[in-house]
Amino acid sequence: MYSFQYHRAASVEEARELHATSDEAAYLAGGMTLIPTLKQRLADVDDVIDLGGVESLKGVMTSGTSMKVGGMAVHNEVAANATIDALRHLASGIGDPQVRNRGTIGGSIANNDPAADYPAAVLGLNATVHTNERTIGADDFFTGMFDTALGDGEIVTGVEFPMPSRAAYVKFPNPASRYAVVGVMVSETNGNVRVAVTGAGTCVFRVAAMEDALSSDFSAGSIGDVSVDSSSFNSDIHASAEYRAHLVGVMAQRAVSQIS
Amino acid sequence: MASETGIGASVRRTEDARFITGTGRYTDDINLPGQTFCVFVRSPHARATIKSIDTSAALSTPGVVAAFVGADLAKDEIGDLPCGWLVKSKDGSDMVAPPHPPIATDHVNYVGEPYALVIGESVQAAKNGAEAVVAEFETQTPVLDVATATQNDQIHESVASNRSYDWELGDKAATDAAFENAAHITSIDIVNNRLIPNAIEPRAALGSYDAASETYTLHTTSQNPHLERLVLAAFVNIAPEAKLHVVSPDVGGGFGSKIFVYAEETAVIWASAKVGRPVKWTAERVESFLADAHGRDHVTHAELALSDEGDFLGLRVKTIANMGAYLSTFASSVPTYLYGTLMAGQYKTPAIYVEVQAVFTNTAPVDAYRGAGRPEATYVVERIVETAARELNIDATELRRRNFIRPEDFPYETPVALTYDTGNYAASLDKALEYANYSGFASRKAQSEADGKRRGLGFSCYIEACGLAPSQVALSLGAGVGLFESAEVRVDVTGSVTVMTGAHSHGQGHETTFAQLVSDKLGIPFENVSVVHGDTRRSDYGLGTYGSRSIAVGGSAISKATDKIVTKAKKIAAHMLDSEEDQVSFDDGIFTIPDSNESLTFGEVAFSAYVPGNFPLDELEPGLSEKAFYDPANFTYPAGTHICEVEIDSETGTTSIVSFVAVDDFGNVINPMIVEGQVHGGLAQGIGQALLEHGIYDSDGQLVSGSYMDYTMPRADDLPDFIVDTTSTPCTHNPLGVKGCGEAGAIGATAAVMNAITDALGVKELPMPATSETVWRAIQGG
Repeated sequence: MYSFQYHRAASVEEARELHATSDEAAYLAGGMTLIPTLKQRLADVDDVIDLGGVESLKGVMTSGTSMKVGGMAVHNEVAANATIDALRHLASGIGDPQVRNRGTIGGSIANNDPAADYPAAVLGLNATVHTNERTIGADDFFTGMFDTALGDGEIVTGVEFPMPSRAAYVKFPNPASRYAVVGVMVSETNGNVRVAVTGAGTCVFRVAAMEDALSSDFSAGSIGDVSVDSSSFNSDIHASAEYRAHLVGVMAQRAVSQIS
Repeated sequence: MASETGIGASVRRTEDARFITGTGRYTDDINLPGQTFCVFVRSPHARATIKSIDTSAALSTPGVVAAFVGADLAKDEIGDLPCGWLVKSKDGSDMVAPPHPPIATDHVNYVGEPYALVIGESVQAAKNGAEAVVAEFETQTPVLDVATATQNDQIHESVASNRSYDWELGDKAATDAAFENAAHITSIDIVNNRLIPNAIEPRAALGSYDAASETYTLHTTSQNPHLERLVLAAFVNIAPEAKLHVVSPDVGGGFGSKIFVYAEETAVIWASAKVGRPVKWTAERVESFLADAHGRDHVTHAELALSDEGDFLGLRVKTIANMGAYLSTFASSVPTYLYGTLMAGQYKTPAIYVEVQAVFTNTAPVDAYRGAGRPEATYVVERIVETAARELNIDATELRRRNFIRPEDFPYETPVALTYDTGNYAASLDKALEYANYSGFASRKAQSEADGKRRGLGFSCYIEACGLAPSQVALSLGAGVGLFESAEVRVDVTGSVTVMTGAHSHGQGHETTFAQLVSDKLGIPFENVSVVHGDTRRSDYGLGTYGSRSIAVGGSAISKATDKIVTKAKKIAAHMLDSEEDQVSFDDGIFTIPDSNESLTFGEVAFSAYVPGNFPLDELEPGLSEKAFYDPANFTYPAGTHICEVEIDSETGTTSIVSFVAVDDFGNVINPMIVEGQVHGGLAQGIGQALLEHGIYDSDGQLVSGSYMDYTMPRADDLPDFIVDTTSTPCTHNPLGVKGCGEAGAIGATAAVMNAITDALGVKELPMPATSETVWRAIQGG
């Protein structure tokens, strides 16, 4: 780890201010990616701004129509909240107990790891990302591998999930890391079907052909013949692109089967 | 003493309280005044010539104390890291061991090989210095493929064809003749995947030098501190043994990887005198992946000749074994004397011929890893036997039974240089079949198929040669050291007992098992026995722990020393009771003589030994402390049957182990709970090899599976509830009738899993690990 200045912000404003005055700063949410990166000297920052003291970013709030997860809410808080069962299930399958007690939704989606689970929830449930500056729709938020629509220093204050009429998340975990080799969130909200896939590509994406098929016939069989283009899929020691493409179909059908 | 703490009792491990409450004392817990910290600068290239190394910027980095390169060690005549087992090729020539300087001087030959070290006031300072070391390399294309290594570029100037040796065992002519007469020949091609050991505690070393006494002290994570001292003294030239004190305190797992003498502790102990301050190094996990000796990594073709009826007639095995970039401490013995010698398995195969070529590649050195050669041998034998059964359409258990060495055949001399003392293979198989509900398998399989899944059953009837080793045999086969074990049993004035052993516990629970043994034999409370190990100044020269040797060799030495205590104590008791030595009986801690009400407790005799008021000193020395060295007459031969049942998700290819039965014959057992724990750990590693673990280098020689994000360790949720039981044919040649249990799980399990998966899939061969994608592809038809 290279030396850095540690700051513990008490408010979003203070965090933002600290960030603005630093040449090279990183926000510390749960630290599940940042800390290992720093420890391996893969990152070198002047200032680490800990958001752990910002009370307004914590907690989960539910209303009749939506569930708003604070940017600093840890995975286990979501895993303990039954409001949206697919989201509860997804959160309960991230990492291990230690990760779930430290890792946050804001940190996860701001990092946008291509194999992370939460991007599938945000995109697959059509959530709205709230930041200290604006709101960003799910379809606009994830822009590429480890890349998002967040501006420099912008902070995810919360993620608002509309209540789906039905939703399920099925994941094929990497046997080593337990990240998603492929994870598929299928949902229907106000008659709109979404199928979002994480793990397979460089960034979470929707599968329009499956969404169309399910919109007319919400059954596993209706997407049995839908193939996904694997030309840009990840291929590594855990799964080839071809196998990932196959798993997208299997995981999607299993998700649909759970809720049809 | 058939007590709650005696031999045969499942006493809870006394050492665990400190391990699980964070009060253990590991190498990294030890800090010495003035201590500095060492960071190694490691090669980013798999194969390169070092053009230059410039440490000047490192030396001017704040907090850096010193920086050294390989040439600095060479100037002090620090020797190469040796390989301690000389294997000879078919033509009688010695194996070729390339020079292995602790710190690379002219060439680097695997990613992670150290070429410099920086010592700082803190780890951070040393890391900053390490980053400032500037090295210029001229890279070459690395040699990575085991199968073609002999035809590839020569890595070491001294090693033609990248081959260390081309070894054989067995009667080639007789084996070839057996094949000519065979009704059926089964052949298989096997890759035994490379594994990375992953002890929970990474390696560490803390070297210090006391100028006043000219003595070096090395605290390190060694499975065999005396061997560490011997190599550092006699081969590496650090100091004479008497001036070198090696301590292996609590050590968190080894699995073989901490047997070896590595570059890091060598450099650290040397550097401690150079800088005149203690020097500590603790591996980060990535260093463990890169620079611990790896395991397995064989490519094998094997053929089994059978008669019409299914009698084994002959076995031919041809293996290429990857040594990595250098010969590690015992690397040469693993694919030879710990491998070829096991090819008879549990069977009366009359003719066996094994050929092994050991080759170099630009990868981390490969050496003994839990089971060391015997898992690889078991994998060959049990995969080919199961395959033959399928090809001949004979029940896999019946084919094995037909060829088993029978109880009346012992002692049984195999065609591959071993003499099995005892065993009852059918007994283990029978018991395992009962647990596995073999007769119900067909209906379980039908149910799985109805659910769209595939189910398979696989067997592994393994044998291992443990209790390493009879010194005469080992020395005649090229070992550089004897393989006896030492023990000292020191009775204290008040009758408590301190046991010094040359064995080393790094998770095995010796403090409990050995205390049970001694307290049982002396009839004293378990709590009154302390076991001391891991310190070259406290125990006599011993060989440490590996090869499932602790109880069979170390325990036998303790037993022998304890017998000497009883003999001496009887002499003292005879004197105290005014009787003759041969009149004294000792039972359950009490000394008695015939026709008398007088008796003495062990404590009373012990006290008298140290308060010798009226000893006839010309006949009876004071004191009660005895030593023994035990050299086994033979190896021990644990054996057993493992049965694995798997269910495979046909859509994803994911394998679930639904049942795993292990019935092992370990002979007599001191602590059944500890033995069961050893089996569980071994099974996890054996199953891990079959399903999950794989050390993978990419085409540039970079270790791709170099972290827990990519190297799949078996976890509890990957494993079923094991069904573990034992049978027993006590070892005939050691005083305890014990065989050893540390490696059995890892030796037997892998073949059982792969036999089950290939059964489920209806394929002959499948590479390990059988990942979901590998299985899915097999289901797709390739």
